[in-house]
Amino acid sequence: MEADVLLRAENLEKHFPVTEGLVLMRTVGRVRAVDGISFEVRRGRTLALVGESGCGKTTTAKLVLRLETPTGGTISMEGQDIHALSGQGLRRFRTQVQAVFQDPWSSLSPRMRVAEIVAEPLVVNKNVSRGEARQRVLELLNDVGLRPEQADLFPHEFSGGQRQRIAMASALSVAPALIVLDEPVSALDVSVQAQIMNLLRDLQAQHDVSYLMVSHNLATVRYLAHEVAVMYLGEIVERAETDDLYEHPLHPYTQALFSSALPAHPAQQRDEVMIQGEPPSPLDPPSGCRFHPRCPFAKAVCAEVAPEWKEETPGHFVACHLY
Amino acid sequence: MSETANSAGLGGNVVLDVHELQTHLFTKWGTTRAVDGVSFRIHEGETLGLVGESGSGKSMTVLSLLRLLPEAARIVGGRILLDGDDVVQMGMADVRRIRGRKMSMILQDPQTALNPVFTVGNQLMESIAAHRGSNGTRESRANVKKRALEVLRMMGVAAPERRLSDYPHQMSGGMKQRVVGGIAIESQPRLLIADEPTTSLDVTIQAQYLRLLKQVQRETGVAILFITHDMGVVARMCDRVAVMYAGRIVEQGSVQEIFDAPSHPYTQALLGSIPRMEERVARLTTIEGQPPALYALPRGCRFAVRCPHAHDRCEEAYPADFTGPGGHTAACWLLEETWKPMSS
Ligand SMILES: Nc1ncnc2c1ncn2[C@@H]1O[C@H](COP(=O)(O)OP(=O)(O)OP(=O)(O)O)[C@@H](O)[C@H]1O
Ligand SMILES: Nc1ncnc2c1ncn2[C@@H]1O[C@H](COP(=O)(O)OP(=O)(O)OP(=O)(O)O)[C@@H](O)[C@H]1O
Ligand code: SF4
Ligand SMILES: [Mg+2]
Ligand SMILES: [Mg+2]
Repeated sequence: MEADVLLRAENLEKHFPVTEGLVLMRTVGRVRAVDGISFEVRRGRTLALVGESGCGKTTTAKLVLRLETPTGGTISMEGQDIHALSGQGLRRFRTQVQAVFQDPWSSLSPRMRVAEIVAEPLVVNKNVSRGEARQRVLELLNDVGLRPEQADLFPHEFSGGQRQRIAMASALSVAPALIVLDEPVSALDVSVQAQIMNLLRDLQAQHDVSYLMVSHNLATVRYLAHEVAVMYLGEIVERAETDDLYEHPLHPYTQALFSSALPAHPAQQRDEVMIQGEPPSPLDPPSGCRFHPRCPFAKAVCAEVAPEWKEETPGHFVACHLY
Repeated sequence: MSETANSAGLGGNVVLDVHELQTHLFTKWGTTRAVDGVSFRIHEGETLGLVGESGSGKSMTVLSLLRLLPEAARIVGGRILLDGDDVVQMGMADVRRIRGRKMSMILQDPQTALNPVFTVGNQLMESIAAHRGSNGTRESRANVKKRALEVLRMMGVAAPERRLSDYPHQMSGGMKQRVVGGIAIESQPRLLIADEPTTSLDVTIQAQYLRLLKQVQRETGVAILFITHDMGVVARMCDRVAVMYAGRIVEQGSVQEIFDAPSHPYTQALLGSIPRMEERVARLTTIEGQPPALYALPRGCRFAVRCPHAHDRCEEAYPADFTGPGGHTAACWLLEETWKPMSS
């Protein structure tokens, strides 16, 4: 198992200071966006982070991409702390980790032709000349289902789904070990989502790449992820292999989340674990288990003591006093 | 057509009867046939889901009903009967009188529906006062406030007294959408039009909101036209479904019929392209290609270029509407042999 691990996050933490006043900025609090989470991404596999708006998914993705610096904990890849890298190590990191974001309309530079966009990471990180990159670009376009003559068009000449294909081709150009996908299909039409989801699966098999995917769509995650971590208010509350998690959700929040999801068929009735209200602010998270004010099963201890992380069944981890 | 309602198990009066509606946009590229012969009915207490991909004409249909079309657009044909009165023929003064009263609307983004510089209480009470032609006396003001609290409570807003003095930016998206919903149902409309009202909400908040709308509908009998591209929302919320493709409704029927026996190749492909939470499906079906441009439509079936079953006939003429089991209708030449042609 150990040998499989590509990237490991340990007690990862990102707190944002909240300041007041214009001249003498006083720190009046901290948004605990990511608050001590641990997870592993395995080679050739997909780990999905799921949870509701504001739970810290994008912040985690940015920490992995080095777009944010952690305020605590570490992320390591091949035994190296990625936030301590410099020089050669940092250059290598930039070819090993790539990203594709949600919004295909703003993530591609409007003035660059497709061929230039796709070749960009190669040219910048691997000192490949544009001429040499051309052949590789055409191969990649073929891999993502675009035609060679589309290489010389501009992004505005493509639909949303095609732009996500371009973004994938660009990410794959440097043969990365990991691609971070933040809501890769949620801006697309249903039928186009299916095309991109199939493409993501095919490309993973073909290029042997790992995905760290951020999503709030539970059906998408079931289709794409091998493992899932459920986040609530900056913490991971449950983690397991996808099928195991979907068939035996343990944490009351996971159960509530799953039973809120819309059915695939009108005859489907779920045993709804309904939760009231909305998630509290990450500025001042509840004591004990952060879910306790909304939890239908909360006991006295839940308000007092933060639950320990427990391996309830092999490979299935949960942080809840019920277990 | 009235047997459609009975077979769907809903016997109420027809609230909205849209017949052969055509709304075209006149642009520099030519005529965009955004809505091109659309017919459907909604009964009291019933929810019709209007589904279709981006650009298929869902919002243009809704804007036609409300007569809120952009400048380039015009209703060029058809009827929109609301309780028997034709909205297409009405003068704008009459349209303004029924808008927000007899038919009201919840849009996708609550942000645009609320004015950021006034408190939500102010906006809610102003709309109540306007609906009632309130005269501003102390007594009527007290009644308006009472009604505002009642409406917020109905929309599941906790501690409504405190919420009245909040500004929109102080509220979460889900809370704002409840306020917008409150404004929409306050006048006890006959028809509520919801255009993707939960797309921007989190799953648990979405579930709460959909349940609330259902409850309001049970209590008031309001007819709901629910616009969405999410088949999960349809499964949870709707009694009947109309599937729109390139400006026309290609299939219509009860939710059960549409999910269990989709009969138009587009609906079949659409349902096959949705991943499920309940199981890891082997592989999703995809529909290759794109819908035709609405200013350069083909003569025949608009789905033909993407349809796995297309044959010569499909390119020659637009398919007629055929009627199948349970009042289910679809426009596809494949059904010519087995289903009955629909009399118009
Ligand atoms: N630069 C920042 N400064 C201050 N607070 C921030 C910053 N970035 C994020 N946050 C806060 O951190 C928390 C987590 O945000 P994050 O964007 O990671 O959530 P998310 O899970 O990706 O949500 P969504 O599903 O809405 O994208 C939120 O409360 C957010 O407001
Ligand atoms: N103001 C406008 N001027 C010109 N064309 C427009 C305008 N608004 C919409 N259209 C066109 O009318 C057609 C129907 O658009 P409509 O907004 O009804 O689609 P929709 O089904 O609501 O899509 P979505 O799911 O993206 O909301 C589209 O082809 C669109 O490009
Ligand atoms: S009419 Fe022809 S092209 Fe159109 S959906 Fe039916 S079979 Fe396909
Ligand atoms: Mg995010
Ligand atoms: Mg629309």
